[in-house]
Amino acid sequence: MLFTLSSLKVGEVAVIANLMTEQGLHHRLSALGIRPGRQVSLLRRAWFSGPLHLRVGTTELMLRHQEAQQVYIRSAYLGVDE
Amino acid sequence: MKQVAVLGMPNTGKSTFFNRLTGASASISNWTGTTVDLMMAQVQLGEEQAEVIDLPGIYDLRGFSEDEEVVRQVLKSTPLHLVLLILNTSQIDRQLSLAIQVKHLRLPTVLLLNMADEAPKFGVVVEVEKLGAELGMPVVLMSAKHGQGYTIACQVIAEMLHRQQESVIATLLEDQLVPDRQIAEEMGNLLQRTVSAPKQLKENRTSRLDQVLLHPLWGLPIFFAAMFCMFQLVYTLATPIQDILQQGLDGFKQMALIPLIAGLPTFLQAFLLEGLYDGLGTVAAFIPVIVLFFLGMAVVEDSGYLARSAFLMDALMARLGLDGRSFVMTLMGFGCNVPAIMGTRVMRSPGLRLLTMLVIPFSLCSARLTVFIFMTAALFSPSVAPAVLFSLYLVSFAAAILTAFLFRGKYPNQEPLVLELPPYRLPTLRQMLLRSWHEVRHFLRFSYRFIIIGVVLIWLLNHLPTDVPVASAESLSGLLGEVTQPFLAPLGITPQLAVTLLFGFIAKEVVLGGLAVIYQQSGDTALMGAIAHQINWAQAYSFMLFTLLYTPCLSAIAVLKSESKSHQFTLLSVAWSLGLAWLSSFVFYQTVQLLGLV
Ligand SMILES: Nc1nc2c(ncn2[C@@H]2O[C@H](COP(=O)(O)OP(=O)(O)OP(=O)(O)O)[C@@H](O)[C@H]2O)c(=O)[nH]1
Repeated sequence: MLFTLSSLKVGEVAVIANLMTEQGLHHRLSALGIRPGRQVSLLRRAWFSGPLHLRVGTTELMLRHQEAQQVYIRSAYLGVDE
Repeated sequence: MKQVAVLGMPNTGKSTFFNRLTGASASISNWTGTTVDLMMAQVQLGEEQAEVIDLPGIYDLRGFSEDEEVVRQVLKSTPLHLVLLILNTSQIDRQLSLAIQVKHLRLPTVLLLNMADEAPKFGVVVEVEKLGAELGMPVVLMSAKHGQGYTIACQVIAEMLHRQQESVIATLLEDQLVPDRQIAEEMGNLLQRTVSAPKQLKENRTSRLDQVLLHPLWGLPIFFAAMFCMFQLVYTLATPIQDILQQGLDGFKQMALIPLIAGLPTFLQAFLLEGLYDGLGTVAAFIPVIVLFFLGMAVVEDSGYLARSAFLMDALMARLGLDGRSFVMTLMGFGCNVPAIMGTRVMRSPGLRLLTMLVIPFSLCSARLTVFIFMTAALFSPSVAPAVLFSLYLVSFAAAILTAFLFRGKYPNQEPLVLELPPYRLPTLRQMLLRSWHEVRHFLRFSYRFIIIGVVLIWLLNHLPTDVPVASAESLSGLLGEVTQPFLAPLGITPQLAVTLLFGFIAKEVVLGGLAVIYQQSGDTALMGAIAHQINWAQAYSFMLFTLLYTPCLSAIAVLKSESKSHQFTLLSVAWSLGLAWLSSFVFYQTVQLLGLV
């Protein structure tokens, strides 16, 4: 079962399955570490459905919902250190 | 001379490294064929004299952003002897992708793994020798900020450069770009063999700070408080320094300049002193503001808080086509528009930057505030004066929001908001000073001619012909005031006030002086009396509305021009503010008259 990144809950960790984005965004996300197979955790969401604060490896980044909806993930589970 | 290019992902410390390498000698130049300014400098590297170019930070050589296009252009057209590739050691798990792309270009390259000081905190360990062997390029760990490993890095660079006799151009760049799948595979293999990093990151200082600073409830209030403090710090410090500078300039004028040119004809004397020299003073007045502003910005930006402001404010700003960084700049514009417009350079997306630059001039800066305080004191009773001032702030906000709303379609933010939130860091004093120095030089280099020419022109308008009183109805500016009456009379703006607007075009600081000349009154009370005698409150408010909106000053236009590098954009900005000023004053004045309030 695949979800998108925007459905991730705060504190959850998931594995990235697929990027269904246009090429420019694809390059950008890959360079920031959002690649299939990598683990991503959601640290927090901004108020009023603002952007997501994510961590992939040692990199932290923010992503708007619109873009997060184009990133598919699998097997979300609760992170260890939250 | 040999040519060296510095390449790397954004935020990896390229500029920090470049500054350490070149000191304060670097200068910004326009790269032929692009609209982008690049930093360049000549340095001695071992036995070799080299020209070093700092390229914009890029994520991917195949990317579609303006920066990525520029880098491709430079690599495809410039004969290079060496590429210095800079990556962040602790983020090597993702940044290695750029190294793999560069490797396939087969350019002579040195890989500098920067921020090596931070890597242990993240538990990242890189086997440098092995990585170098696999990539086929020397790899050096260093810290551009604190200096560890820097000497070794320079030695390796000098050696490589010495050995490289021929330059190479990546003419076939497009054909040498490797597909994603291959990058991912090579990267996976390399990382497995040469890098060890923890799978999950532990709590650290940054995550603890974020819990407070990005708190869903407290995050925003803390942000506003922080911005308020920075604002106060920058502008309360700037004012006394500006005063001292002004006194110095005046002193020089009295002691040296006036005696020196005493033999010249009176008109020429006045031209040199009040036109040229005071024009110089107008330029100089901005220097303390710019220095302090960028000292503050160095802290806010290098600390990583500016990127966090984008996170905090995005829900609100996205609707206007802006982001949190635009908000910070607009807010700072309430002190002075000039450095705020220059500060938009931190936004790399051209659409977002231009839209922000269009919005900033509506911020009610401190120079305009002095005019408004004077006018409200002259024409409104002390009990309503604060409300009048407050209403002008509201108009300022409304104009900014309206502008963003109307133009967000014209300047769409093409780049998705995918921003890195870097760990919290403190800039070093050296970094802060260097930043301010570069910015002041940039301002002086691109703006002083424009500003001085403008000041001189307006001085001539006020002083020609020579046989009539200055700025009187018979002078050129007086005539201009008369000619514009068909446009300005419906706003309640008299010919005298129109001439004042002309003064205000130079800088709002000279509006009060202009009023004194025009009404031939010296002393605040006498001037207030004279003005109150000639215009009513509605005319005064209409004049203030116009002054607020019609364009901040010549210097702001100069930086709009130098930052946007577009006549068309500058013209649009000026025309739009003028139009909006006219419309607002017109609607206000006519409504008041229709309602019979005056
Ligand atoms: N800890 C640490 N921080 C560094 C080092 N080098 C740079 N920084 C910091 O990293 C941040 C980014 O540095 P810049 O030099 O502006 O990075 P850049 O690569 O030029 O960034 P762009 O201008 O976006 O391309 C700043 O806050 C620097 O102070 C380093 O060696 N160690």
